[in-house]
Amino acid sequence: MKKYKKLISFALASSLAVSLLAGCGKAADGGSTSSGGDVFKIGGIGPITGDNAEYGMAVQNAAQLAVDEINAQGGINGYQIEFKFEDDETDAEKAVNAYNTLKDWGMQMLAGTVTSGCCVAVAEKTVADNMFQITPSGSSVDCVKHDNAFRVCFSDPNQGMASAQYIGENGLASKVAVIYNSSDIYSSGIYETFAAEANNQPFTIVSAEAFTADSKTDFSVQLQKAKDAGAELIFLPIYYSEAALILSQSATLNYAPSFFGCDGLDGLLGVENFDTSLAEGVMLLTPFAADAQDELTQNFVKAYKEKFGNTPNQFAADAYDAIYAIKMAAEDAKLTPDMDVSQMCEAMKASIVKITLNGLTGTGMTWEPSGEPNKEPKAVKIVSGAYTSM
Amino acid sequence: MSFISYLINGISLGSIYAIIALGYTMVYGIAKMLNFAHGDVIMVGAYVVFTTVSTLGLPPALGIVLATVACTLLGITIERVAYKPLRNAVSPLAVLITAIGVSYFLQNVALLVFGAGTKSFTSVVPLEALELAGGELVISGVTIVTIITGIIIMVCLTLFVNKSKAGQAMLAVSEDKGAAQLMGINVNGTIALTFAIGSALAAVAGLLLCSAYPSLTPYTGAMPGIKAFVAAVFGGIGSIPGAMIGGILLGIIEILGKAYISSQMADAIVFAVLIVVLLVKPTGILGKNIQEKV
Amino acid sequence: MKNLKLNKIRNHDFITYLMVLIAFLIAGILSVTGQMSSLMEGLLVPLCIYVMLAISLNLTVGILGELSLGHAGFMCVGAFSGAFFSKCLDGAIPDGLRFFIALLIGAAVAGMFGILIGIPVLRLKGDYLAIVTLAFGEIIKNLVNVLYIGRDEDGFHFSMKDSISLNLKPEGEVIINGAQGITGTPNDSSFLIGAILIFISLIIILNLIHSRDGRAIMSIRDNRIAAESVGINITKYKLMAFSISAAIAGVAGVLYAHNLSTLTASPKNFGYNMSIMILVFVVLGGIGNIRGSIIAAVILTLLPELLRGLSDYRMLIYAVVLIAMMLFNWSPGAIEWKERMKEQYFSKFPFRKDDKNMKKEVK
Repeated sequence: MKKYKKLISFALASSLAVSLLAGCGKAADGGSTSSGGDVFKIGGIGPITGDNAEYGMAVQNAAQLAVDEINAQGGINGYQIEFKFEDDETDAEKAVNAYNTLKDWGMQMLAGTVTSGCCVAVAEKTVADNMFQITPSGSSVDCVKHDNAFRVCFSDPNQGMASAQYIGENGLASKVAVIYNSSDIYSSGIYETFAAEANNQPFTIVSAEAFTADSKTDFSVQLQKAKDAGAELIFLPIYYSEAALILSQSATLNYAPSFFGCDGLDGLLGVENFDTSLAEGVMLLTPFAADAQDELTQNFVKAYKEKFGNTPNQFAADAYDAIYAIKMAAEDAKLTPDMDVSQMCEAMKASIVKITLNGLTGTGMTWEPSGEPNKEPKAVKIVSGAYTSM
Repeated sequence: MSFISYLINGISLGSIYAIIALGYTMVYGIAKMLNFAHGDVIMVGAYVVFTTVSTLGLPPALGIVLATVACTLLGITIERVAYKPLRNAVSPLAVLITAIGVSYFLQNVALLVFGAGTKSFTSVVPLEALELAGGELVISGVTIVTIITGIIIMVCLTLFVNKSKAGQAMLAVSEDKGAAQLMGINVNGTIALTFAIGSALAAVAGLLLCSAYPSLTPYTGAMPGIKAFVAAVFGGIGSIPGAMIGGILLGIIEILGKAYISSQMADAIVFAVLIVVLLVKPTGILGKNIQEKV
Repeated sequence: MKNLKLNKIRNHDFITYLMVLIAFLIAGILSVTGQMSSLMEGLLVPLCIYVMLAISLNLTVGILGELSLGHAGFMCVGAFSGAFFSKCLDGAIPDGLRFFIALLIGAAVAGMFGILIGIPVLRLKGDYLAIVTLAFGEIIKNLVNVLYIGRDEDGFHFSMKDSISLNLKPEGEVIINGAQGITGTPNDSSFLIGAILIFISLIIILNLIHSRDGRAIMSIRDNRIAAESVGINITKYKLMAFSISAAIAGVAGVLYAHNLSTLTASPKNFGYNMSIMILVFVVLGGIGNIRGSIIAAVILTLLPELLRGLSDYRMLIYAVVLIAMMLFNWSPGAIEWKERMKEQYFSKFPFRKDDKNMKKEVK
């Protein structure tokens, strides 16, 4: 039996050698294209397999949609854009691999990554290469700590703070329960600032219960505790796929508090086959609503549905805005594809703080040099299966 | 009152684990392999029901039948293609790794075919929830159906294994493949039958899982699959009543741990209890303790 | 005769060392001369990490003969303890020394956990042991996710709830922030350090295998009762194998933590999925075959990256390749076929006879 090990080792070792050589070949290509092409190469990174695939795919699709639109209108400064999206499986190490793959391809600017943990790891690499980065949805504080990184979405602390203030100022409830995902950066980040800000607000948190990525099917305990504590409102700083389960289990328990969420909850109505009556009265602070009446949103939603067959969520909207932000800043900076990555980054950094973007996730969006966007969160309420502004 | 309510929720969750664990333990008992792809067969079953009932609008009963047939065929195919060639491999670990490969394969096929989006599953259980103590305690219809189905499956499996000819063949194969073959038992056929039954059970488990927790993605089966594996070991792997008891206990521990200790550490509590139980009873609650012979 | 046998064994190990050395030199030269793609260059440290994990798990699975599904847990413990130390003392002592101490701490803490987990190992076997190691791995991951440690002028503050309950002074900093983990770990890992660590691990493991202790460990694997009856202290040797294996995984964890600027315990990197992935390296490379583990770890880490061109079909093809490789390497049918092919085409090579003899003697 052991005899073959040698043969197999040889086979494996030779395939290894081949793969190494293949890697070298790629290096040569990468080197030549990054300097002096006639297209802009924009990369994107996010999970398109694994647990968070639906969020990554939304970003991939919407960014591609924006790129196609821009190309059809003549591109940026007369140059076409090439867009390439790589999978990171929501793993920081894989995200860095994806980033390196894109670099070999000749990426000049990065519209990514989708999730916070990966974004922090990749931001460390983009700052070393001085590459311009704008993340659609990386919301943790550290995502934009370097000056080459910007984001489209709100930061976690910002959302936690805004939610607590909104609930307090509008007197939505006096007893609030929180259900959050303690194994998720986004969710625990929002929860922390929410809890801190709650001390300054006229409501009390009567129960704060967590769940983890490994036990996110049953929420009966969390709901029962909120019910026993007499919570009138449950704050859900989580994504919509878990929220859909919470809503249906709450209905089974005959417990009907108000629900309040952040931008992660957007997409709830897009869950295929979801009984929207369960979501009646759910409030959320989100910059984007797929059934908003403005022309931009309607065109986007129509085009997205035609092309990909489902309703875009806030991830998609953020990605779409990210590409348009790149376009606008690049036009302001008079960028040409023959500039090198670092020159581009410097020019983009100077320009992005000057632009004002009327995007899907906010009108009159501007950026701070710190990387944060300035836009107003909109509070919306789900009434008869549709968002209504509050 | 809330304790009773927690207990009921624990039993609901546990009954789902139990029904998955039954399929797990069945395959383990006869084929002596941990079928890591079992959770993903569940997911496939749920998608079949989803497609037939929610998308095509066919009656739920037909969806259930189709799912069972599809999973049975899938189970037999997996066994034939991926597991059978390794049955006589030098190490039993080889087939474990292939099972993991099959699990990745099924997840990624589902990802390509059905997309990554969460789908909300319409319950196929028509039973109304049972309300006790003036609406304070609610037992959902799915829970009742799951427990009853679990018990029926457990009894049928036990009877089948102990009384029928095919069941006796299974016992013989699990005892000693070589000797069974010499006695004229069709070993390949028996193992294929085991996988067929195990996968049909997975289809049932899938639709009960998704009826109770109506959210379906290509990764829906993975975590319940692992939890059910834990449940099966907890009860003594290979033992049919053990899987049932292990599953329900696991559900109760998970819920009570979350309720009374910490919801953040729910996973840690479940696994810590498991370790303690195994330290006291190294072969699980109902597992046979086989003395090693010199 | 005895000398000859020893020489053969040394020869066998020598090929392993030589293979690693050549791979290191080729990769090093390509990297230094800038001939390597960014992807490959970025993969060098992860490759070292996975190679170390694979050979350390092979010690438990292949040499001790116990199935462990919690190897990522040891890596997690090592990663967090090493990163915690580095984060605390960043700037206080020279970087090289700090990283060296971090590696030692990672090894020590993971080794301690190895002993802790080794204790139930003494009572359990087979799948029951596998599930207990899986449980330990999941417990570690879960606990790390709810662990908050902060530091201010009063010293360290701990909490298992959230960072607010640390009650830090305003100028204090949160070092381990629950699910957000540790961010800003200094980037100390390099391919050179990784390669040196692989060599050290190889030396430890290969020497252990050929030592008296190693033979005792293997005798437990082959027949526990017989080993016990000739007076081998089973407790001692099992714990020894377990803790050495854990310590090396801990070092790999420290390397991992210092390679990325963010360290979180997600199901993806420290969950049972990773433990199973490491087990796949070991089984595919050949249980008990250290060299095979190295090659399998390298191939299976590179494979998904090289398949990126397939975009949506990437992980699907990866799964198919994994199943195919397992069938090709392990199924008795394929082995027989390979045997025939070899007889037909390679029987003239002189080294083959040599090889055959050697294997007989080892057995």
